[in-house]
Amino acid sequence: MTETATHPIVVTPGETKVGFVGTSVPRKEDKRLVQGEGVFFDDVKRHGMGYVHFVRSPYAHAKILSIDVSKALELGGVYGTLTGEEVAILTDPFFELSVKPGADIKDYALAVRRVRHVGEPVAAVVASSRELARDAAELVEVEYEPLPVLTTGEQSLGSDVILHEDAGSNVVWQGVFDWGDYEGAVAEADHVVRIERLHFDRFSSTPLECAGVLVEYNRGTGQWTMYGNHQMPGIGAIWMAPALRTGVDKLRFVSQDIGGAFGNKICLHPQYVACCLLARKLNRPVQWTEWRTDQHTANAHGNERTFLDIEVPVKADGTLLGLSVRAIDDCGAYPRYEPLGCIIWAQVTPGCYRWRNIRVDFTQVCTNKSPVSPNRGYSRMQHLWLTERVVDLVAHELELDPVEVRKRNYVRAEEMPYETPNGCVYDSGDYARALDIALELIGYDDLDAKRVDAESRRKLLGFGIGSTLDSGTNNFGQSTLLNPELQFSGNNEVATVKLDIFGEIVVTLGTVPQGQGHETTAAQVVADILNVTPEDVTVRPGHDTYWNSNAGFSGTYASQFAVTGLGAVKGAADKLAYEIKRVAAGVFGVTPDDIELAEGQARLKANAEAAIPFMGIGAIVNANNAVLPEDVRDVTLNCRYVYVPPFQLPDKERKFGNLTLTYASQVHVCLLEIDPETGVYEIVDYAAVDDCGTRIHPQIVDGQVHGATAQALGAATHEIFAYDEEGNLLTPNFYDYHVPHALDMPPLKTGYLESASPFTPLGAKGMGEGGGAGIHAVCAALQDALASHGKPTVWRSCNPYHQVWEYLREPKRLVEVKAQ
Amino acid sequence: MDPVTSGRITVTVNGEEIEYDVDARRLLVHFLRDDLDLTGTHVGCDTGNCGACTVIYNGVLAKSCMLLAIQADGASIETVEGLSSDGELTKLQHAFSDHHALQCGYCTPGMLMSATALLRDNSAPTEEQIRKAIQGNICRCTGYVNIVEAIKAAAK
Repeated sequence: MTETATHPIVVTPGETKVGFVGTSVPRKEDKRLVQGEGVFFDDVKRHGMGYVHFVRSPYAHAKILSIDVSKALELGGVYGTLTGEEVAILTDPFFELSVKPGADIKDYALAVRRVRHVGEPVAAVVASSRELARDAAELVEVEYEPLPVLTTGEQSLGSDVILHEDAGSNVVWQGVFDWGDYEGAVAEADHVVRIERLHFDRFSSTPLECAGVLVEYNRGTGQWTMYGNHQMPGIGAIWMAPALRTGVDKLRFVSQDIGGAFGNKICLHPQYVACCLLARKLNRPVQWTEWRTDQHTANAHGNERTFLDIEVPVKADGTLLGLSVRAIDDCGAYPRYEPLGCIIWAQVTPGCYRWRNIRVDFTQVCTNKSPVSPNRGYSRMQHLWLTERVVDLVAHELELDPVEVRKRNYVRAEEMPYETPNGCVYDSGDYARALDIALELIGYDDLDAKRVDAESRRKLLGFGIGSTLDSGTNNFGQSTLLNPELQFSGNNEVATVKLDIFGEIVVTLGTVPQGQGHETTAAQVVADILNVTPEDVTVRPGHDTYWNSNAGFSGTYASQFAVTGLGAVKGAADKLAYEIKRVAAGVFGVTPDDIELAEGQARLKANAEAAIPFMGIGAIVNANNAVLPEDVRDVTLNCRYVYVPPFQLPDKERKFGNLTLTYASQVHVCLLEIDPETGVYEIVDYAAVDDCGTRIHPQIVDGQVHGATAQALGAATHEIFAYDEEGNLLTPNFYDYHVPHALDMPPLKTGYLESASPFTPLGAKGMGEGGGAGIHAVCAALQDALASHGKPTVWRSCNPYHQVWEYLREPKRLVEVKAQ
Repeated sequence: MDPVTSGRITVTVNGEEIEYDVDARRLLVHFLRDDLDLTGTHVGCDTGNCGACTVIYNGVLAKSCMLLAIQADGASIETVEGLSSDGELTKLQHAFSDHHALQCGYCTPGMLMSATALLRDNSAPTEEQIRKAIQGNICRCTGYVNIVEAIKAAAK
């Protein structure tokens, strides 16, 4: 039987909004959360559970000579311990994604014989209370022999000190990407702009809820249940199960509410494995809640990247012809999710621009710093920052208008869908129009007057643009461009929608929401298809791998819920709608085409009086199915759908192919004023224009734009994970690591465009990461403001006041223009 | 003299008087969360910076991770669980939802307590006063834009 599916009402510009998709319905999540009735992992308790505290390394690099847990075990109320030596016996190392040398790195749940960053867990203690576990951890005696420390990527590349002896090198992955004809671009150019160095600093989104888990082990079945906040259980299980020498189905991930994640909760498998081992060893539930200092010191930083020897062939009119750069990415002590960052940036190879000749020599290395993990804007943000810095510096050096240079080089709306030099396809968008909207929002026409006014107050006014892409829905086939042996490609996500016995409509998701409102938006989509209201739809909060609504890539990451998550919801709801029609058709003796769904009923199109309420349909199938004709008895009213995006395998030889499905875009503009006496600056006006295609829930989209902007402004102005030469993190808590508070946020103006994606089920694009546009805009504005003070090169992504004062005090120029 | 390692406290939490034996080192936030099971009050840092644990303590705001439970003897404490009565949300809680002032919801209880305290003292705060009032509460999701809007709306 062929399936005819109903379609949700997709809003296109100009069309009257009929359905719930496209409207800001009240969020289903809110009622519990505003009453303190959410359930976060640390709220879950079990009888007799023990609290885990990790003993962590005070050294950035050292041999472990001995670990003595005997004094800890003597303390009353201590249930047990775990050391790296036990871990090395009980588990296998986590698999590495890289080819050699990175492939040979050995990474375990606890340090084995050597520590490689401050805060690395070397042992764990479990006790009857949080306080006692911490006391007992103090009694664990660890003898170390310190080793030389490497704290920058460039140091690691040139050093005889090797962090991972098994790998024999500090390099994780190295490769050259060469698209188009770079030499040809140089030959055609009027100028080549050379930039000596740019550096993208370390920071992370630092979700307010730290990581953690409560683990129960079922001795009879060998199954672990983890009530935690892992945001990508699909991949988490793929890492953990082989290490624990068990099957994927023995690992049950459960979460309800998660207090933010931003990518920082993807690489929790080491700690989770340690907790699984402890739960089994001690035969009791164990609970680990990360301390804030531990999260900053040893969990998940964003990738730090140094760009060297940058060259930009350009025409006299500002037409960009190409880009050549050497990138050194510092992934910290263990690669974990890396080296995926060595390819993820290539989703946005040309940024928003039309240059076709791009060469990137990319090397990723380990250092004695915290491991990295994906962080909002993961890897694309670093590369987009590079492209925006480059475009801006070219404009400044050639004394061209940064607005004009951008507009001259932006990919144009009429060129969409646009294939990039490396085979990615930008689905839709209008960057020039977005820039115009942003300029209007800040009154760009009055810029000269604003500059004069600032000067009259002895301030330097700076204007800057950040134009970025938020690429969403990964094609995991891109991993094969790093390691041809990997058997990953495409993407998937699952949802189920069922009609229960009393007519309840119940949805389960494979995604792992952390504040993005999945319950609400899923209900909107289902409501439109079944012709009910979102209030009629129950979406189970959170994730449970035992719901059978998850697949290998399940999780919430990489700006994809609106495509993969809602694509799965739509598919499952379409199936259910059709099953309901079949049941009604069977009862009435007509065909499904004769049935419509309206007002919570399945009824004859020809006669609305002939109707069966959903409750009746649910009751017939679940409890009264003998009334059904034989050919309708396969109906379950419990429909599962796996959404699979339309991807192909990329070409490994040419490193060419479509690496991601959608491209939301952002254009931000910033006006700031610097006090030239001190370097203190203030953002005085700011606009963010976002285009994520069809907006399922505009209020949620706006909220994501606000949040991504705040995180980017924090990273631009204050947030930095700085280390001393001995590898000590200097910003290990919210005292030293200053995130934006309410008074720090500038006035924020927002605008939007809706360029529907031609490639997705709802015309929507994944969004929320935001591409770090705020960082780029602030850097550009600082560059502009400092033009009258020796034109120093704004070469770092994080520019606190003291850094700006350095630019003013000693304006170092890292750019030169060579005429061809 | 041996140090005191535990003691009995009497506290009033959300209007209910409670007697409890607590370890002297027990933080107030862990007493609320782990002993009383009032898990709406959250922990976001180790240093008193983030405000997720904010409660109203004898009528003024306090970060419950910066107090020991044993210090609270005789105190009256209000937590997020005490804001609404009989399932009826307060105007402020409604405003948070209406204005999308929460995403993950982790900072929300602390934000609500700070805003509640503000609105009790000042029924018509300026934007600057609102921002000052929540300066001790970190939110990593919203950029504070809609939180400020929600508090403004609740003040009207």
